Amino acid sequence: MTENKALLKPSRPVGIIGYGAYVPRYRLPANEVARIWVGGRVSGLPIKEKAVPGLDEDVVTMSLEAVRNALKRARIDPAEIRAVWIGSESHPYAVKPTSTIVAEAIGATPHIQAADMEFACKAGTEAMVMAMGLVGSGMARYAVAAGLDTAQGKPGDALEYTAAAGGAAFVIGPAEESLATLNAAYSYVTDTPDFWRREYQHYPEHGNRFTGEPAYFKHSTAAGKIMLEELGTKPSDYTWAIFHQPNAKFPQRVASLLGFTPEQIKPGLLSPVIGNTYAGAAIIGLTATLDVAKPGDRILMVSFGSGAGSDAFDITVTDKLLERRDKALKTQDYIARRTEIDYAMYARMRGKIAMK
Amino acid sequence: MEIPRHWRLRQQRYGLIGELCPHCDTKIFPPRDICPACGHEAKTSFAFSGRGEVFSFTTIYEAPTGFEETAPYTVALVKLEEGPMVTAQLTDLGDDKPEIGMPVEMITRRLHSDGDERGMLIYGYKFRPSMKAV
Repeated sequence: MTENKALLKPSRPVGIIGYGAYVPRYRLPANEVARIWVGGRVSGLPIKEKAVPGLDEDVVTMSLEAVRNALKRARIDPAEIRAVWIGSESHPYAVKPTSTIVAEAIGATPHIQAADMEFACKAGTEAMVMAMGLVGSGMARYAVAAGLDTAQGKPGDALEYTAAAGGAAFVIGPAEESLATLNAAYSYVTDTPDFWRREYQHYPEHGNRFTGEPAYFKHSTAAGKIMLEELGTKPSDYTWAIFHQPNAKFPQRVASLLGFTPEQIKPGLLSPVIGNTYAGAAIIGLTATLDVAKPGDRILMVSFGSGAGSDAFDITVTDKLLERRDKALKTQDYIARRTEIDYAMYARMRGKIAMK
Repeated sequence: MEIPRHWRLRQQRYGLIGELCPHCDTKIFPPRDICPACGHEAKTSFAFSGRGEVFSFTTIYEAPTGFEETAPYTVALVKLEEGPMVTAQLTDLGDDKPEIGMPVEMITRRLHSDGDERGMLIYGYKFRPSMKAV
């Protein structure tokens, strides 16, 4: 077998025209989960707290707010959008696209492609690569790619500490209009059974320690390493880096394995305060990084989705970021809006109380 | 099941899309094709900013059928920046107490599901306290 590590590069240069984040208001501290399930033992908690969606929120409503924020920065006519792709593992309908509702609400229908992506935590970046292809081939001027989740962990399971809600959206378009150019992408995918949810099941299953080395670390490091090799770049060429963040430790370790410093991942490392937003986790790190980046900054983003695979992106910030950044709420604005809840309220809000 | 009605109303509900009177410039919501101010035909589509303030409010503890899931909730008369008054739920209040004059902004949320858990999900406008940049 031959190996084809060639990077994914569009025929015409593309980039991010607008970006938007969304994090719901409510927060469940990890020590509250520990209080209920392990008698309050609080050492070694994976994060400080996680974001919980309100009773009237789901991936449709959250996507809509993130996409509206991206459009406020993009300042384009929604009728010029030719695709709306939304990645999530918690779409509210089993059959009926989230993307059609979002596209209708932003005024992008009817002359569009619309579809929902599913690839565990990398569904959002999968949508981004597709949008790069659609715009980069000249088939469309603009495409919307988003990744958001209202993730659920089984009560008492390790995932319950971190499974959170939030995400981000991007308007992808021609590089000359971009606030950040998407120079190249690269995806590394294998069949690895580290995490799954069978049909009709409410909660996912995972392979405990198996989720680390053969899944998260193998794919994240391979995607990151091959991206650097093929571009001929080194970690010090990048101002910032973002990795998928299922907890606080994993992204810090993969950054160190690839040779990135704690300072490079700092603005995008949000899992300690919002949890693992699954399809939104890497890309909300990107929106938070764009919120503080300067023109000329180079960014490496590597997502990871169980099943398993990683998408890596090489990104360069342009001058246009400065004129668009303040046109919508920033990622940290949403993080600062915070109402703490206890486990009882969480159980109600996440439908964990049997009513019939 | 009221699928046709929900489908017909989707744009005004998702994004506060009303009408603008080409004769007297009145902003109209909900859309009704005739200007309530001057009586002329008004069919020009107009997207409201979604910004407004609470004119009055009440809290519902005994919710009507289909809305029990989120009770107790607050319903407000919201005076939109462009003029019209709309009735809608307030959401994401957190620990904030609703009050008359509170600046609010429109967001799209799940209103309820039509029928039981097999029915369609109905999305529409609600209002939350206006968010500010940190």
